[in-house]
Amino acid sequence: MLEARDITVRYGSRTVLDRVSLTVEPGAVLGLGGPSGCGKSTLARVMAMMLRPRSGSVAVDGRPVSRWRQRAPRELRTRVALIYQQPRLAVDPRLTLREIVAEPLAAAGTAAAGTAAAGTGTAGTGTAGTGTAGTGTAGTGTAGTADAERVAALAAEVGLTGDLLTRRPHEVSDGQLQRACVARALILSPGYLICDEMTTMLDASTQAHLVRVVNAYRERTGAGVLAISHDAVLLGRWADGVAELGQGGKAAVSV
Amino acid sequence: MNRLTVENLSVSFRIPGAVVRAVSEASFTVRPGRCLALVGESGCGKSVLAHALLGLLPGNAEASGSAVLSQSGGGGDVELIGASERTLAGRVRGRAIGLIPQSPATHLTPVRTARAQMQEAVREMGRPPGTADELAEKFGLSPADLDKYPHELSGGMAQRVANAMALAGDPWLLLADEPTTGLDRDLVDRAMGALRALCDEGRAVLLITHDLRAAERVADDLAVMYASRIVELGPVREVLDRPRHPYSAGLVDAQPDRAFVPVPGMPPELTALPDGCAFAPRCGHRTDACDVRPARGGGDGRVACHHPLAVQDGVQEDAKEDSRA
Repeated sequence: MLEARDITVRYGSRTVLDRVSLTVEPGAVLGLGGPSGCGKSTLARVMAMMLRPRSGSVAVDGRPVSRWRQRAPRELRTRVALIYQQPRLAVDPRLTLREIVAEPLAAAGTAAAGTAAAGTGTAGTGTAGTGTAGTGTAGTGTAGTADAERVAALAAEVGLTGDLLTRRPHEVSDGQLQRACVARALILSPGYLICDEMTTMLDASTQAHLVRVVNAYRERTGAGVLAISHDAVLLGRWADGVAELGQGGKAAVSV
Repeated sequence: MNRLTVENLSVSFRIPGAVVRAVSEASFTVRPGRCLALVGESGCGKSVLAHALLGLLPGNAEASGSAVLSQSGGGGDVELIGASERTLAGRVRGRAIGLIPQSPATHLTPVRTARAQMQEAVREMGRPPGTADELAEKFGLSPADLDKYPHELSGGMAQRVANAMALAGDPWLLLADEPTTGLDRDLVDRAMGALRALCDEGRAVLLITHDLRAAERVADDLAVMYASRIVELGPVREVLDRPRHPYSAGLVDAQPDRAFVPVPGMPPELTALPDGCAFAPRCGHRTDACDVRPARGGGDGRVACHHPLAVQDGVQEDAKEDSRA
C-alpha cells in the first residue's frame, strides 16, 4: 500500500496539512474530496515524493521514503505516478506528444533510452522525474523498439492516433494533451496512481474515457488509485471509498 | 429591445500548410433576461467564437458572416465582424459586452489592488467614481476585500471582483468564457447563481463552458458545439433531457451521474474536417446520407443531423419505443 502518516506541511507560517494520514490500497480507488485550498494537491505531491513534508512519513509497499524529489530512490519514485489538473503546465512544450509519453522511460534510465541519450549527448544530467532532461531520446534507435511499441500501445489506449503523436503541446487541445499525460503516467507501470483533478478541465466524454483508462489499468495490474476531486458526484461514481480533507488541512480523513 | 444576432459566423486560421476551421456557420440569438450556454469539448472552437465577438482574434484569423448588436437605447446597431478597433474599444468592449474571464485571479494585474483596477475600469467607462464601491457591494465584497492584491483573494472572491469589473461599463450583454475553471463545486454553483442574477435583472448572458452541470444551473438555452459547428440548439431542459443529436446524447450520457460512458472515438482535427457530418465517424446512426453535411433544420432549427433521435430515444429511462424520426 501507499501510506502517508501524520503529514504536516507548512508554506511559510501557513499550515496547509496538519497531521493528515491516508492509505491507498492496491487494487482500489480511494477518492479524496474537500474544498478548494484545503491541501488536496499538497498531499498528492507529498505522496508522490515530489514535496518533502515538515513532518510525518510516507511509505511505499512498506518501504519508508527518506529522500524526496529527484533524490528519492528510482525504484520508489517510479512506483507512484502523478497526473496533474492542468496538462499544459505539466509538459515540456518543446517535446512532441510521443516524446512526452516516452519521457519517463528516458528518465528512469531504461537501457534503450540510455543508449539513445548517449548518442545525442543532450541528456547530461539524467536526474529526471521532474524535468526536461532527455529531450527526444526515447523511442529512437534499434534498442528502443520495445519502448516504441509500448508508447504506441498506451497512446492507442488513451485515444491518441499517429498524427497527434507527432505534434507539440500548442498544436493539440487540453483534452488531447491530458490523454498524453495519462499515457505518460502509465508507461513505467506504476503500482500507485495519483489523479489530482485529472478531468476537471475536460468535457464529460473525455472525462469518462480517461477514468475508464485508469480503471482498466487498475484491473489489469492491481494498482492502487488516489482520485482527488472536488466533484462529489464523480468520486461517488469512481471511487470505492471517499475521504474528506477539511479546510486548513485538518486531519478529517474518514472513509 | 437589445439583442445579439449571430448569423453564419465562421472563423478560420491560416497556419503553415493548413487552415484551421475553428467556427463554421454559427447562428444564434442572445436576448436580455436570458442565458445561452455554449457547451462542447476543449478544442471545438467555442472560445474562438467568443473572441470573434469581441474583436480579439489574432492576426492570422479570418472571420466571415455577421454578428449584429441591435441596441434600442442610444447604442445603435453595430456589426461586430470586421468592426474597427475604434468602434470595438469605444462602443462595444465593456460598454455593450462585458467579459467575465477564464481564471479571474490571473486576469487581474498582480501588482495592483482590486480597488485600483476596479476604479480604473469605472473611470475608463466614464462612470461616476462611486460606481466601484456600489458594484463591489452588489457582489458581496467588503471595502477591505477591495484593498487586497489578487494573490490575497480566494478563488471565489477573485471571481466576484471579475464579475464586478465586467459590469463597470453597465453592459447589457455578458460573455463568460469558462468562468468556473479551477473552482470547486460550491464556488461553481455560486458563480452560476451570480450569472443567473445578472440575467434576472435584465442582462443577456452568453456562457461558454465544458461543464454541462454548470450550464444546466444557469442557462435558458443550450447550444452544443462539435468540431466547429453548433449541432444542436434548444431550451436547456429539452436538450439535456431529450437530446436529439447523437453527440448531445453522448455528452449527456458521459456524465458521472448518468451512464458515465465516453462517446467512442475522437473528434476530427479542425484542419481536416470531413465534407459530410463531422460526427458521422463516431456515430451509431450513420448512413450514406451523412456524407452530405446536415444543416440545422427541422422547422425549429434545433438539430443538425440526418437521423435525429426521436424524443423518446434520448437518455430517458422509459425510452423503449422503437422510433426514428
